[in-house]
Amino acid sequence: MVSTREKAMAKQMAKDPQKTAVTTELQVIPANALDIPMFQVLKEDGTVHKGAKLPKIEKDLALKMFSTMQFIRVLDERMIAAQRQGRISFYLSSLGEEAAAIGSAAALQFEDMIMGQYREQGALAFRGFTIEQFMNQLFSNAKDLGKGRQMPVHYGCAALNFMTISSPLGTQIPQATGYAFGQKQSGDKTCTLCYFGEGAASEGDFHAGLNMAAVFKVPVIFFCRNNGYAISTPAVEQFAGDGIAPRATGYGMKAIRVDGNDIFAVYAATQEARRLAVEENEPVLIEAMSYRMAGHSTSDDPTGYRTREEEEARRVREPMIRFRNWLVKKGWITEDEADAQYQAHKETVLAALKDAEKVPVPHVDEIINDVYDAPTDALKAQLEELKAHIKKYPDAYPKTSGGVQ
Amino acid sequence: MAKMNLLQAINSALDVAMAKNDKVSVFGEDVGHFGGVFRATSGLQEKYGRHRCFNTPLVEQGIIGFANGLASQGSFPIAEIQFGDYIFPAFDQIVNETAKFRYRSGNEFNVGGLTIRTPYGGGIHGGHYHSQSPEAYFAHTPGLKIVIPRNPYQAKGLLLSAIFDPNPVLFMEPKRLYRAAVGEVPEEEYTIPLGKAEVVQDGSDVTVVGWGAQIEVIERAAELAAKDGVSVEIVDLRSILPWDVDTVAKSVMKTGRLVVSQEAPHTMAFGSEVAATIQERCFLYLESPVMRASGLDTPYPLAHEKEYFSDHLKTYEMIKRSLDY
Repeated sequence: MVSTREKAMAKQMAKDPQKTAVTTELQVIPANALDIPMFQVLKEDGTVHKGAKLPKIEKDLALKMFSTMQFIRVLDERMIAAQRQGRISFYLSSLGEEAAAIGSAAALQFEDMIMGQYREQGALAFRGFTIEQFMNQLFSNAKDLGKGRQMPVHYGCAALNFMTISSPLGTQIPQATGYAFGQKQSGDKTCTLCYFGEGAASEGDFHAGLNMAAVFKVPVIFFCRNNGYAISTPAVEQFAGDGIAPRATGYGMKAIRVDGNDIFAVYAATQEARRLAVEENEPVLIEAMSYRMAGHSTSDDPTGYRTREEEEARRVREPMIRFRNWLVKKGWITEDEADAQYQAHKETVLAALKDAEKVPVPHVDEIINDVYDAPTDALKAQLEELKAHIKKYPDAYPKTSGGVQ
Repeated sequence: MAKMNLLQAINSALDVAMAKNDKVSVFGEDVGHFGGVFRATSGLQEKYGRHRCFNTPLVEQGIIGFANGLASQGSFPIAEIQFGDYIFPAFDQIVNETAKFRYRSGNEFNVGGLTIRTPYGGGIHGGHYHSQSPEAYFAHTPGLKIVIPRNPYQAKGLLLSAIFDPNPVLFMEPKRLYRAAVGEVPEEEYTIPLGKAEVVQDGSDVTVVGWGAQIEVIERAAELAAKDGVSVEIVDLRSILPWDVDTVAKSVMKTGRLVVSQEAPHTMAFGSEVAATIQERCFLYLESPVMRASGLDTPYPLAHEKEYFSDHLKTYEMIKRSLDY
């Protein structure tokens, strides 16, 4: 239902400068004209707000979401440790933001495309990426779908409709618009969900992607994780406006601001956004308010830019305990079962880590594949030269010399 | 066969491709009903509808980002950047995304269906920002193909190959020749292979290599040289990336001399790559150093367009220098 107010607003849109409504009063629009509250269902203690509508959710789905959350927390914790031990080169934790990724992914259909930034491992795990697949990518080994070419956490999987992640920030935003345009053309009633952070929303690609999506009316959900930090830069130094959600209005796009640490609120918001996207071809911007409890990556130490007190104060809002409390109160899981599940995930992760680290890197022949659909003659010649060189100095290239004997 | 200018040949290629496959779409600034500032997409929206030929907002990085996404979804987007001079906001999308899409995903995803069309080059009183030849920036990027046609027949055949090639292609159109070059062009579909150079004129004394609009300049220089009794072999690279080393090397082994004539500024233009590779491949066959006729290492000046340009006379002088060394 379109409200009368919405109709009136649409009428006044200055799409045609000649048809702009007239006022004789000099108006200066206040910078904070939009004041968008954050949608919340669960209170911090896991009880439902009075009057709040809990989304319809089956027990199996809720438990899958919770198990995925616990799994990701274990994975993140374990892999940060693995990086500290020098076993992998790099890692990015999603600590504190699990509900945003998992709650939104759970509200999609499997056929919907997900384009991630790099802190949405929860969404990928929810889709069915196995612990072995995670580990193979993190160890850049021969079984990695990405053939060991990208840094850890740059996952991607065509079979799971999860686009391979790239490091440049925001580039996936206009790509999501394009992908969704193709989905709309195909008429298959699917959409694209595109994750990014509030820092990436400063990139030109954010503007490009949102404006084009609104103009072309494509089924895309832009999902901004506002976690307060871009590496060390706090949100207050990133933008002067009221976060990211109000920007949608400027593009003529619908927006939802949601508590990113409330998995039910995220789930409900994304479900509604998906309905708008797929059924009405209305792109939607969701801003999920959260807090990056981890550092940006293993390459930075948050004590250099924020206080322990700040971190502690935010810890009470963390998403997993809230969800767990709700599940326990509901009687869908006991405290003991939840603890046992966490422990079981730990063992699975540890075992998979040990297996993946034994798998060698891809054969050196892979170095020239996939630059083009088939290697060019020039690339083949470069590979032969490289292999001859490796043969000459096998000790200098221990990871691949065995393969060129 | 029909007489077509280069624009009509491009338009014909787009028409053929759109008729052949309904996943082919054409978009960019002003390409819709208006048919593009040069009219290359004229009539396509009327014929194929607004969903397959449409205007985009004025945002090059968005056009290519959108095109990358659409290509990764399995479509054949043909994105127009109105002038090569305005491609740079999209540099990140092209260099970091388009070119690496397949490699970085281990072939889980690709944007092979993407073709980027853009007019390049000077000689139209376009000043700094409507005259540049930026092919060398992109030639430094593994994963891209770069194609530059020299005339209407080549333009249609190469563009049709580019559109359906399983790799992303940057297709650079010599805007100076858009209306100036006219020739016989089949109305039906035909293709010209990418990555293959063509010997445009046989000769025995010196090889002159170029691409795009510069071939016409080289032909005029060769005519001057012919009057001196010099036999020039002209090779049109047609593809800058990957480029056909074998055809150029074979020619140089025959003539013993090489001149590259190019519009772009001298330093690090693609001719530098040609010169380096050919001296590796043909060192003992060379009678003189590889010479380059290029634009000056300045921005492209408006009032001094003629002086800046690596015209037929400068190319002719390089041919003589190569022979007289």
